[in-house]
Amino acid sequence: MSLSNDVMLEMQRRMLRIRLFDERASKMLKRGQIPGTIHTSIGQEAQVVGACMALDKHDNMTGNHRSHGHPIGKGSALGPLMAELVGKGTGVCKGKGGSLHLADFAVGSLGESGITGSSIPIAVGAALSAQVLGDGRVGLCFFGDGAANQGVLYESMNLASAYKLPVIFLCENNHYALSTPAHTVTGGRIWERAAGFGMPGVCVEDGQDVLAVYEAVKAAVDRARAGEGPTLVEVMTYRFREHAEGLRLNVDYRNADERERWTSRDPIALFRAVLIDRGVADAAAMDAMEADIAREVDDCVKFSDASPYPDAKVAFEHLYTDAYETEALQ
Amino acid sequence: MTYIAAIGAAQREAMVADKRVIVIGEDVEANVYGTTGGSKSRAEKGDFVQEFGRNRVRNTPISEEAIVGASIGAAMTGLRPIVDLSYSSFLYMAMDQLVNQAAKNRYMFGGQGSIPIVFRSAMFYGLNTGAHHSDRPYPMFMNVPGLKVLVPASAADAKGLLRQAVDSDDPVLIFESVPLWGSKEEVDESEYRIPFGVARVRREGTDVTIVGISGSVPQAVKAAEALAEQGISAEVIDPRTLVPLDTRTILESVRKTGRLVIAEPAHRTCGAAAEISAIVAEQAFDALRAPIRRVTAPDMQIPFSPALEAGFYPTADKIVAVTRTICGNNAPTDL
Ligand SMILES: Cc1ncc(C[n+]2csc(CCOP(=O)(O)OP(=O)(O)O)c2C)c(N)n1
Repeated sequence: MSLSNDVMLEMQRRMLRIRLFDERASKMLKRGQIPGTIHTSIGQEAQVVGACMALDKHDNMTGNHRSHGHPIGKGSALGPLMAELVGKGTGVCKGKGGSLHLADFAVGSLGESGITGSSIPIAVGAALSAQVLGDGRVGLCFFGDGAANQGVLYESMNLASAYKLPVIFLCENNHYALSTPAHTVTGGRIWERAAGFGMPGVCVEDGQDVLAVYEAVKAAVDRARAGEGPTLVEVMTYRFREHAEGLRLNVDYRNADERERWTSRDPIALFRAVLIDRGVADAAAMDAMEADIAREVDDCVKFSDASPYPDAKVAFEHLYTDAYETEALQ
Repeated sequence: MTYIAAIGAAQREAMVADKRVIVIGEDVEANVYGTTGGSKSRAEKGDFVQEFGRNRVRNTPISEEAIVGASIGAAMTGLRPIVDLSYSSFLYMAMDQLVNQAAKNRYMFGGQGSIPIVFRSAMFYGLNTGAHHSDRPYPMFMNVPGLKVLVPASAADAKGLLRQAVDSDDPVLIFESVPLWGSKEEVDESEYRIPFGVARVRREGTDVTIVGISGSVPQAVKAAEALAEQGISAEVIDPRTLVPLDTRTILESVRKTGRLVIAEPAHRTCGAAAEISAIVAEQAFDALRAPIRRVTAPDMQIPFSPALEAGFYPTADKIVAVTRTICGNNAPTDL
């Protein structure tokens, strides 16, 4: 597949945004500047960006609890995302969602979900409306190998296949559901389950390769747009960090060898080498890009720092579209 | 027009009026429950599939969680689905989607987008369908911020409230009382809507306020007629919508009558009757001349045998008996 240099550079840019944003968020969490917990996508950037870049801006996407990468991959501005993590009024959800519930409708990000599996049928519904309205959009849902064992996925796959909906089921198999190794709780391979629903299932064995992910998802998107229905894409990847930062997990359930094997395959470093190798950019240009993104992240923190916390009355807004009960609720 | 025909009529009106309205659910194509085919006159009037096509009349697999979730996603992206969940017991299958998605998304996402969706479900109680098909679960959903909860008790209300619900940009749950499906009422054939949060005063009175909910409304009206013969003047109020609740009409009535009885077919604990009792106790305690009384189903699962189930729900006789116990001076002395 021949992608333009611009597209490939944009892939690297978005992966860097996720990496540097998450690294910064992690630091801020440790310093007490971000309340609650965060789930980073560090190590999984290729899979997030490869999938999101296969979509158009107007296509819809739902994510899960591993939650900052998806909207960043879909093209969200960083400032309102960071402000949201901190709980500021300028946050993309006005400080009412937080890390687990980022949504940015402006780029087709219909929301992350703190309940695993719960956002899967929402993307199916976005595909249903695209089919009824005939507007050509597709839907994509991200979910983990853990969520892949929830019944809602199979109801959703069956419904999508029966209706030939333009939707992509994207399983981010990072080999663990919190502390539980995927292979100990999963019968068979996840991608092979697609066959039972009469849809193609594909596996991207090297999920650290952004182009491989892009290619697989793009094929699924093309198929969806052509009216041929859904596809299940499983991507094998690994999270470099702890399941959740801010959660005190005092056990180490992963061994050093395994971790070393994966961290030596950093998707950003790998793609940087590819870009240089193919002559898309030289090392200096890549360094400059990294410095640019580091500045973007600095700026998003500045934006968040300079933003006020939401007014207390905001807690009573947005329950309903009409404000009939707001006063009564207070 | 019957209650069930009124629902079908409202659905047809809404679908004709707006191309974004779809009907989705199990067995909606064959019109098993009689709301997607203009009741029995299906053949002459043309059913929904003939009229609107399969793109907008979506017969689904048995997948409540996916149906509800997909409808939420569709509502967030441009459609206005009417989801037919048939038996209200099946709502539990989709609890995650109803509570974690439908009710929370707009709020969590800071008002980005809205979820214009109507969930219809039918309460098949009193029909010897046993514990798995006889639930009246509307109070559970009153406890979930973000959901509007409707309990129409008559044909005209069912039509007007359903039309209004389709217009609402928020998720709305409508609980139909199956024992009332066959009940008839004069229904305006033209389009009309009934706003939420406006109770219907079914009968005016001065001695006691009886709030009836869902299938208990006709029983409350009957009870009021019987009480009138015994010299007790009862005002009967049907809130029609429980979220939002027309507290003003209820409080004004209680301030006038000084007494309150609430009848509903749901379980006693944390029911709508409990909530209304609390509101009145908090806000109109000084007006009360007698304790508030509730007539509800007991906190029991619904047994199968007609001999066992028959006694479970509020009846006119029970409402009369309970009301008389608090009507002291106004009641005949031979109580
Ligand atoms: C329904 C539900 N059950 C349990 C949890 C707690 N939980 C949060 S994340 C997680 C692991 C999910 O694993 P996976 O789906 O593979 O995603 P990953 O974290 O690996 O990205 C669990 C068990 C939850 N949030 N929701």
